[in-house]
Amino acid sequence: MRLLAEGLGSTRGGRILFQGLSFAVDAGEALVVVGPNGSGKTTLLRLIAGLLSPTVGRIALADSEDPVSEAVHFVGNQDALKGALTLGENLAFYRSLFGGEGDAVDEALGRMGIGTLAMLPAEVLSAGQRRRAALARLLVSHRPIWLLDEPSNTLDADGQTLLARLMQEHRRRGGIVIAATHVRLNLPDEREISLGGAA
Amino acid sequence: MSAALVAILKRDLKLALRAGGGAGIGMIFFLAVVTIVPFAVGPDLPLLKRIGAAVLWIGALLASLLGLERIFAADHEDGSLDLLFLAPAPLVLTAAAKALAHWIATGLPLVVMAPILGLMLGVDPRALAAVTATLLAGTPAVTFIGLLAGALAVTLPRSGLLVAVLVLPLAIPLLIFGVAATDAAVNNEVPFGAPFRLLCAISLFFFVLGPVAAAAALRHARE
Repeated sequence: MRLLAEGLGSTRGGRILFQGLSFAVDAGEALVVVGPNGSGKTTLLRLIAGLLSPTVGRIALADSEDPVSEAVHFVGNQDALKGALTLGENLAFYRSLFGGEGDAVDEALGRMGIGTLAMLPAEVLSAGQRRRAALARLLVSHRPIWLLDEPSNTLDADGQTLLARLMQEHRRRGGIVIAATHVRLNLPDEREISLGGAA
Repeated sequence: MSAALVAILKRDLKLALRAGGGAGIGMIFFLAVVTIVPFAVGPDLPLLKRIGAAVLWIGALLASLLGLERIFAADHEDGSLDLLFLAPAPLVLTAAAKALAHWIATGLPLVVMAPILGLMLGVDPRALAAVTATLLAGTPAVTFIGLLAGALAVTLPRSGLLVAVLVLPLAIPLLIFGVAATDAAVNNEVPFGAPFRLLCAISLFFFVLGPVAAAAALRHARE
């Protein structure tokens, strides 16, 4: 597994966010995207996920013809939980949506430390609990590339440790982690891309 | 792939039937429209009998419009639309699954209600059967047209009226052939089958066009 980006450029609303961005990420590597607000961190993650098309350049998997979008997990600013459904139902939906071969829902929630909340409707949960549930989505189906947008937002210290451990495990199994953040995630041998030339 | 589509269908049905999901609103609205007609035209039973099928069609058509503007907007607001894009199912089929779920939750109850409400207007039994059959064939098409409108309106706040303005002109052929087939069943001047088959043909056309156009609109909207 090797993710390639060649000569990426993106223009949003007539403003150039970044241009000429090239990088390659190999299995087991972690890439941290840093930069001030509005520098295009989220845009870069959405480009990789295929949720946006780059203005110039391309993103592809080096050893596969499959679209990148089917190899990625995306945890964005929003937690993508339906308030009217229970936490368990939300996770079970994502499990079957993404192929149904990941960890069982209870197990994933348990690992995120919210196993006891499975029967509660998602609308009564706190922001941190919802974030943990969004991260549990990474476990209920296995996809090699994790795209995490400010993953530690609203997480407590315990949750951040948990997140770091999840990312390490994923990398050990040959997964790729790409995270946009402005707090230090302190991943071992992480690589860094700094955006924000566009002032 | 089909597991993903079934998952979307089941989730949307669950959401529609939960409190606040809005599945019951259309039924109440349909009831209200049909109930106020006799107050407007007077308790003239032969007249109500004659216009009954048309009233049922108009009521069901208007009731079918409710909630269409939320069909993608709700997913867009909470971020789950992004994840539907990443699912291993083609966006066209994802859109079709959402439309089907919406119709089962909101359109199918209208079809079931129609013959009961028809009794209130004194519509005769053959026309009741015909109007039920035409609604069964026609209301899914209204939902599939609305799918396109819902996709176009995905990022707009308060887009309910826009959806109605987009859907109603496209739904006119359905209305014409739906009511024509019902008249044919009663008057025997033309066979029921002729307008009914045209109605089915138009419906099939929208079953294809709706999801394809909605997927294109969604792809455009996310840029």
